[in-house]
Amino acid sequence: MGLKNILFLLLLGLGVGLFVRNIRRLSRSILQGKPIGKLDRPKERFMHMLRLAFGQQKMHRNLLVGVLHLVVYLGFIIINIELLEIVIDGIFGTHRVLVFLGSTYDFAIAAFELFAISVIAAVLIFWVRRNLIHIARFRSAEMNGWPKLDANLILVIEVVLMLLFLTMNAADYALQIREEPHYLRAGLFPVSATLIPLFDSWPTANLILLERSAWWAHILGILGFLNYLYYSKHLHILLAFPNTFYAQLTPKGQFASNEVVTREVKAMLSMQEPDATQEIERFGAKDVTDLTWLQLMNAYSCTECGRCTAACPANQTGKLLSPRKIMMDTRDRAEILTRPNLETATQEATLLDHHISREELWACTSCNACVEACPIEINPLSIIMKMREYIVMEEAAAPADLNTMMSNIENNGAPWAFNAQDRMNWVNE
Amino acid sequence: MADLHIRTMAECLSTEEVPEVLFWVGCAGSFDDRAKKVTKAFAKLLVNAKVSFAVLGQEESCSGDPAKRSGNEFLFQMQALSNIEVLNGYGVKSIVTTCPHCFNTLKNEYPALGGTYQVLHHTEFLKQLIEEGRLTLNGGTFKGKRITYHDPCYLGRANEIYEAPRALIEKLDAELVEMRRCKKDALCCGAGGAQMFKEPEKGNKDINIARSEEVLETQTDLVAAACPFCSTMLNDGMTQKGAAVSVKDIAQLIAEAKDL
Repeated sequence: MGLKNILFLLLLGLGVGLFVRNIRRLSRSILQGKPIGKLDRPKERFMHMLRLAFGQQKMHRNLLVGVLHLVVYLGFIIINIELLEIVIDGIFGTHRVLVFLGSTYDFAIAAFELFAISVIAAVLIFWVRRNLIHIARFRSAEMNGWPKLDANLILVIEVVLMLLFLTMNAADYALQIREEPHYLRAGLFPVSATLIPLFDSWPTANLILLERSAWWAHILGILGFLNYLYYSKHLHILLAFPNTFYAQLTPKGQFASNEVVTREVKAMLSMQEPDATQEIERFGAKDVTDLTWLQLMNAYSCTECGRCTAACPANQTGKLLSPRKIMMDTRDRAEILTRPNLETATQEATLLDHHISREELWACTSCNACVEACPIEINPLSIIMKMREYIVMEEAAAPADLNTMMSNIENNGAPWAFNAQDRMNWVNE
Repeated sequence: MADLHIRTMAECLSTEEVPEVLFWVGCAGSFDDRAKKVTKAFAKLLVNAKVSFAVLGQEESCSGDPAKRSGNEFLFQMQALSNIEVLNGYGVKSIVTTCPHCFNTLKNEYPALGGTYQVLHHTEFLKQLIEEGRLTLNGGTFKGKRITYHDPCYLGRANEIYEAPRALIEKLDAELVEMRRCKKDALCCGAGGAQMFKEPEKGNKDINIARSEEVLETQTDLVAAACPFCSTMLNDGMTQKGAAVSVKDIAQLIAEAKDL
């Protein structure tokens, strides 16, 4: 084992080690949320996950975008099979160790190359859509700054990784043609073969340098990208799976019930003895720690695509509410709470008021368009409702009109000030 | 038609009758002038189809939907638990309602609190009556007329009922003209989530106006609705737009077609 192999092992270990650290930080942050009830219907959930996360069912509502996204996704998965060989070569100092697979190997390399060029094409179209064409959902206020940069960085990184892969193959193939001893004839290079003429005048030593540099840059780029995920919206490539697995399978109109409230109400209606041992917990959500871990995982899964916001009736009519911002704020707040060394003011702020304003929450019509629109079944509505619960049940600070409506319900069993005795008037009108 | 006689569950109990279904009228259906007409139209259809039904009358109370969507889980459960006590007291098995909000709450949110019933929206129930041959409908008034349909959020996305109301419009022999955004992509009327009872937040347009404009794009002069709140919102929208488009519940359309 040479120095290079030891260096490779160290870098690989570092990359994977940092990734493990990131995953642990991520799960610590998500687990700040409250537990959810027992999981039901596991088989159905698994199929749901296959359809939505793996099959990307909801992405195909827009055929062009659906197909492009599928290309990038499949490219990402399939080209990463090549990683297996790269890692073995890196550790043992071999070169294209899987060549013995013969025609299977040739076919695989050819497929990787075709995917690589397709990914580049798809990503270029994504870049144009995001930056040149006016698509409203990419231009909302919450996208300014890091979210926009993040989105473009991901596209750039993807193109660079694919270009490195193709450069590595092109240089390798050129060396194969020159019958360099280390570079055995192997693989089919339908895309990078077209680059060969560029290297005609290159000395062999430079070609080897290019091949090696591209090889190292490609694998280091992948390890870097792996660790970039945690800081990026791109985390959806991992979290889309658990997110769709845990998604709500019951009708979207069924909002969560609150068992603590049930006990209190039953005691009030003398249906049940009050439970004195019951710890009084906060009703609703003022901060992310009042939400469930599933709601926090939703937030980390968000790719900031903005389909929810584009579908939101409040947003379309100029109200402050943007369901995407609800998710981004929830994630950002959860992140802040995992960093204890931040200044106290930041720590003491809460999700309500410091991140999400009441005006946003009261603009929601609970129409479920955001939930329906999300390709990976994120539920911004459930967070909005939890926060309304806090405002109403802990602070009694609902808008005045709603307080009137609620006191009408309390006093005469209807949201308007009508008498129950008049309930049958319609019969004779 | 002769005087409508509507029985209450209490009356049925005193004569030891067990009605086939409870008609949950809802607060809008009981008190709102527009919605009361829908209630009456639907009741006439039930009578016409010889469905044995009863209402709760004075014993009915708000399902709790606007309280829950406002964030008042407490008030919601107070309402729900006392309603469930009444419903279970009468041994109610099956409920039909003209309000998608009551429908959703009774169907999906009452079971966790001890109230499990077969709950149908009136469009589902009417479709069933027609299929069973209990209610007959031969086009009539609306034959060939262009009608658009607005999906209520709490019937559509919330409960994925898209076909029953459309099947009824088809039964009217009318031409259904879909809006640009319909079914799961339908735009809200702006009333859900207790917005019905408050002023909208600041914005550049009211949601009912946005939806009314989508109605106008279809160039029809009749919108079929299936929710009392949607009806109010769209009707207000049409008035504000100065458009001569009428908004009617599907139950009203069928009752009209049958000349009831």
